[in-house]
Amino acid sequence: MFQFIYKNMRLSQLEVGETGIVKEFTDLEMSVKLMEMGCLPGEEIRIERVAPLGDPIAINVSGYQLSLRKREAHTIVLQ
Amino acid sequence: MKADIRVALIGNPNTGKSTLFNVLTGLNQKIGNFPGVTVDKKVGYTTLPDGRQAEIIDLPGTYSIYPKSQDESIVFSVLADKHNPHRPDLVVVILDASNLKRNLLLYSQVADLKIPVVVALNMMDLAKKADIDIDVNLFAKKLGVPVVPISARKNEGIPQLKSAISFANKFALQEDSIDVASIAPGLVESISRELDIDNPYLALQLAHQHETLTFLTPEQSERVEQLEKEFSFNSQKAQGAETIARYAFINDLLYDTVKKPITPQGETHSNKIDKILTHKVFGFIIFFGILMFMFQAIFSWSSYPMELIADAFVWVQNWLHHVLPAGPLTSLLVDGVIAGLSGVMVFIPQIAILFAFISILEDTGYMSRVTFMMDKLMRKVGLNGKSVVPLIGGFACAVPSIMSTRTIENWKDRMITIMVTPLVTCSARLPIYTLLIALVVPNRNVWWLFNLQGLALTGMYIFSLISAVVVAWVFKFILKGKERGYFIMELPVYRMPRWSNVIYSMFERSKAFVLQAGKVIIAISVILWVLASYGPGDRFAKIDAQYSQPKYTKTMSTDSLSRTVSSAKLENSYAGVLGHVIEPVIRPLGFDWKIGIALITSFAAREVFVGTMATIYSVNGNAEKMESVYEKMHQAKNPDTGQPVFTLAVAFSLMMFYAFAMQCASTVAVFFRETKNWRWPAIQFAYMTVLAYVASFIAFHVLK
Repeated sequence: MFQFIYKNMRLSQLEVGETGIVKEFTDLEMSVKLMEMGCLPGEEIRIERVAPLGDPIAINVSGYQLSLRKREAHTIVLQ
Repeated sequence: MKADIRVALIGNPNTGKSTLFNVLTGLNQKIGNFPGVTVDKKVGYTTLPDGRQAEIIDLPGTYSIYPKSQDESIVFSVLADKHNPHRPDLVVVILDASNLKRNLLLYSQVADLKIPVVVALNMMDLAKKADIDIDVNLFAKKLGVPVVPISARKNEGIPQLKSAISFANKFALQEDSIDVASIAPGLVESISRELDIDNPYLALQLAHQHETLTFLTPEQSERVEQLEKEFSFNSQKAQGAETIARYAFINDLLYDTVKKPITPQGETHSNKIDKILTHKVFGFIIFFGILMFMFQAIFSWSSYPMELIADAFVWVQNWLHHVLPAGPLTSLLVDGVIAGLSGVMVFIPQIAILFAFISILEDTGYMSRVTFMMDKLMRKVGLNGKSVVPLIGGFACAVPSIMSTRTIENWKDRMITIMVTPLVTCSARLPIYTLLIALVVPNRNVWWLFNLQGLALTGMYIFSLISAVVVAWVFKFILKGKERGYFIMELPVYRMPRWSNVIYSMFERSKAFVLQAGKVIIAISVILWVLASYGPGDRFAKIDAQYSQPKYTKTMSTDSLSRTVSSAKLENSYAGVLGHVIEPVIRPLGFDWKIGIALITSFAAREVFVGTMATIYSVNGNAEKMESVYEKMHQAKNPDTGQPVFTLAVAFSLMMFYAFAMQCASTVAVFFRETKNWRWPAIQFAYMTVLAYVASFIAFHVLK
């Protein structure tokens, strides 16, 4: 599988099955909540599935599954 | 019970904390409330190997000591407040061994508060299955606390955990995890000095949480606020820095203590299930299938026990009438208190079955998938994926459903959910609908298999869901949210339900419902009894005098005479007078004063309707056979026109009224308890009454 490298790609732009590594966050309030749940800079995230209506999404991070809305995924900037 | 040592259980959600609590305490537990807040407090007792009694407190599951909901905020206040009567001597932190990294965040926060800690490494069986190898001894050594591997589900390691609790040191021995002072330099020291706090992390937490903590005096809180300004403290930035530092500590800790398989083992069991259960098409089909099965079960499985309970109460009432001397006191006890009590008790089977289903759905992990699937849809109408659970619960009873909205962190989402939950057809409306539908809808089939009456009933259920969604959508524009909504939620792996947990939850929540609703219903039924048993002036005496004349006593049988008398008395009682007073208001809806009485009495609880109808329409009673309510209402004629009272228009108008009106004192009470403010229940009551009136009016005039 090809991995294209985009500049400042967001988590919300990944497709199901793709992985990315967290670089930083665009939203302080959201970042605090996400980091508590294990989404930290340097962590690898894989998109597991998308909800039947297209939102929210489920991701795999630090060994478990987390669901979040696309809007929230958009605040996560990938490396 | 007197305890020698107080132990608090703390852990992330889905770590098996409740299972461990049940294993440790067995049936020796009770649910209460933390003082001042409506968070359930689960306390139980266990005997330690050295013979001492330990009091175990099950604190709400949380990912962090920074609270995101009311339930979670209790964790920090119990641990931090030295004067809190529940402050533990020892904390048992439960960690999911198969998911240590995220679980250790909470541990490191609790450990830094320097309360003695024992770590219970739960789900060791799952970790082994996933080839996760944990060096428990090294892990314990690095943390500086006892670590006990257990499997609460399989009852493994429990004696070892108990002896670790009994041997635990009185002083906190754990290693520091992070350098707390460096997160808010100067501020931590200042708060520690001025508020006389010996723990730097406690001081830092006070800086974060002082606005919501009740154990600080206003002066102390004010001083913390000033110090924050002085050191330009940013709560969110500080929390972010702290979290990053903690995860650095955790990564370091796990580096040489935990070995995970390098290659992922391919698709997990849980993922395969998710492919089907959250599938675009099958996902919804399965969800609605489960819902259908649930309602079928709630109604069909509960009918027999409900009849038994109802019969038992009738038997008790008859027996008491028999053995107690006749008089107002007996009548108050039997027709007031016990009649009211039976109204509550009859719903226990339905509520128990509903909660059994809800706890199975939650326990297996399916409920979080439902919220995952429904979130987008729910958000469109101003709700939240998590609103699905209370809305489903609303089909049984709004009271426990409103209590279950506590999991919704966002204030606005939660308020809207509570606002619309009572619109969903609850089980108390069912007897009213079935009675009225039976009166006016012919019992025949259309298109071979659809029964018309069944279709009408299904229609009322669907109608209630649609109205809940529409009203929620309207409230979305009215209510002003203070905070942003978010939906960051763990999707736990699928597991088999633990049947003991299901039974505990069924038992506990039914008990809570009976105590909660029971008090209100008894109180109100006593008031109703008074209103229905006494009348203004000498009206009752006149009725007695009139019907003791020979022209009545000679021509009528005792039975029918006594029923004629009681219905005449009802008309002249305070309740009857009230019915006449509101008659002009409800006339446009097609209701007469008799229905008016039922409406008034139903404002305590809807299920009172059928009983009230039974009393009111006993006029044309035939002494030879005891008629059912259905027959009485069927034969009821309008005295002026001679036409039947219950026409299609009147029956549907009544159903519309019951669909919308806030006729449930328990719901009002529980909404008040949740918000501690009369404004919200008042708004709910007002909007529902207006809707009820308008809907009834339209139904009556369209069908007339």
